[in-house]
Amino acid sequence: MNFSYQVTKEDFSSAGDASSNFKRTLKKIGIPSNIIRKIAIAMYEAEINMVIHADGGVIEAEVLPEQVVVRLIDKGPGIEDIDLAMKEGFSTATDEIRNLGFGAGMGLPNMKRNSDFLKVNSVVGEGTTVEIIVNLV
Amino acid sequence: MLLSDVAKVLDANVFACGDKLYREVVSACGSDLMSDVLAFSDCKEKAVLLTGLLNQQVIRTAEMMDFKAVIFVRGKTPTEEIREMANEREIVVFNTEHSLFSACGLLYSNGLKGDIHK
Ligand SMILES: Nc1ncnc2c1ncn2[C@@H]1O[C@H](COP(=O)(O)OP(=O)(O)O)[C@@H](O)[C@H]1O
Ligand SMILES: [Mg+2]
Repeated sequence: MNFSYQVTKEDFSSAGDASSNFKRTLKKIGIPSNIIRKIAIAMYEAEINMVIHADGGVIEAEVLPEQVVVRLIDKGPGIEDIDLAMKEGFSTATDEIRNLGFGAGMGLPNMKRNSDFLKVNSVVGEGTTVEIIVNLV
Repeated sequence: MLLSDVAKVLDANVFACGDKLYREVVSACGSDLMSDVLAFSDCKEKAVLLTGLLNQQVIRTAEMMDFKAVIFVRGKTPTEEIREMANEREIVVFNTEHSLFSACGLLYSNGLKGDIHK
């Protein structure tokens, strides 16, 4: 089963709509709640990143018999040093973002912790693609 | 603890899902940083989130983590949008006049746990 979501930058309060929708979908499909939570947390962190660090983008999600794949594609500024971005605490977020409760530099490490496979592809000036895979079995 | 006991201990007001105070919780997480809360992976289903941050992403964070309730400290009053969002997601919302530290302390001394495997 395939699902796709549009993520816009317009207002911060709607960031997370896609993750919320997909979470409900997974619940309806009958995926166990501990697995749904992992997917939801990782996807939400990535969706927030698309809004605070890029200009939104698209999310493609796929439910396969043995895994759930979530691909988040943005056309934002890209990430210069992915290894550095993966480090706990590294963040380029502004104070404004921090006042909203995000930008602690924990997002990418948390995505890694909650997924079975995480791949970040990024080209500076072109955009970033984050692929999150969580195994169902 | 039942959410109704949580409300009593914190002298809290209910803003969403007031019909769900029969829910039981065993642990809690207190932070103004949602990034931090999202990394609080020890907290399983039966937990409450205490925070001094007031925006819709608090409810989203609670939704992703399956928190049973959100408690806004220092008397912060949730907006209509926040209440609506919480009602839709069946997340109980309270506020209390207590500070984050005091509210956490009160719940801890009444039996709620922090990191449950420690
Ligand atoms: N989609 C993205 N586009 C551009 N930069 C990104 C993106 N995602 C992450 N980054 C960069 O990686 C850093 C670390 O990301 P993350 O661990 O989620 O922490 P935070 O979002 O709190 O800053 C960000 O501060 C940002 O510089
Ligand atoms: Mg982030």
